[in-house]
Amino acid sequence: MQQIGETPTTQMSEDDLRRIVREEIQAALGASKDPGTQRAAIIASKGTLDWSYPPLILATTAAATGMETSVFFTFYGLNILLKDFDKELKIGPTGNPAMPMPMPMPQFATIIPGMVPMATKMMKSKFAGKGVASIGELLDLAIELGVRLIACRMTMDVFGYEEADFRDGVEYAGAASFISEARKANVTLFI
Amino acid sequence: MSEVTEDRVLDMRGFQCPIPVVKTNLAIKEMADGEVLKVLATDKGALSDFPAWAEDTGNQLLSSGEEGDVLVFYIRKGEG
Repeated sequence: MQQIGETPTTQMSEDDLRRIVREEIQAALGASKDPGTQRAAIIASKGTLDWSYPPLILATTAAATGMETSVFFTFYGLNILLKDFDKELKIGPTGNPAMPMPMPMPQFATIIPGMVPMATKMMKSKFAGKGVASIGELLDLAIELGVRLIACRMTMDVFGYEEADFRDGVEYAGAASFISEARKANVTLFI
Repeated sequence: MSEVTEDRVLDMRGFQCPIPVVKTNLAIKEMADGEVLKVLATDKGALSDFPAWAEDTGNQLLSSGEEGDVLVFYIRKGEG
């Protein structure tokens, strides 16, 4: 039987105590690490060549940083998922005074025929010349990285698209599916 | 950084954002923990993007530097 006042032989040193506290704090921080930081949910709503880039650049980058990433394509954004997206994605200067043109041009002059194919060709060659990936390359990369490409059912019906119009690997869902993804994600973007 | 020898080299010269980061991620996934990847790039954004990517993914950016017009990164694959 232990005598009152006797020192226990297994007394902890101050260093041991500090180490244990430190380990406990680290374990607690690790356990509470927000899983939302590991998920990204992006909406792609625009269907012009220039606006096809941001959702695909951010989705591939999010996936490359280890995030589970989904992109919901809705309204004109569905263009990006079309099998013949390369023909469908265009850009024109009408209504877009920010677009750099080879020569100054008043807005009313931008509606002349041939302007859209010219501007589209110009942007594609400019991007290629600067080493920017094409939309096709970014889509292939997104699939390779496991990005979920999700087409909005409602706008497909409105625009008269069938599943056969879209590339392989596309999923089909509605708004509730996006909200379900978004509530688990710290990164949500509407583009 | 002359004491670090790379296990693999990835040449991303001429490629723009986000390709250097995305391809680096794919390359490092194929490597073993502790191995070192050397990346060559010309995308100036990579100077801030590689530290950010390394922090997010738990890989270690050993060094980033410029050799003439070329950016050179050494990355050690982290665990997990």
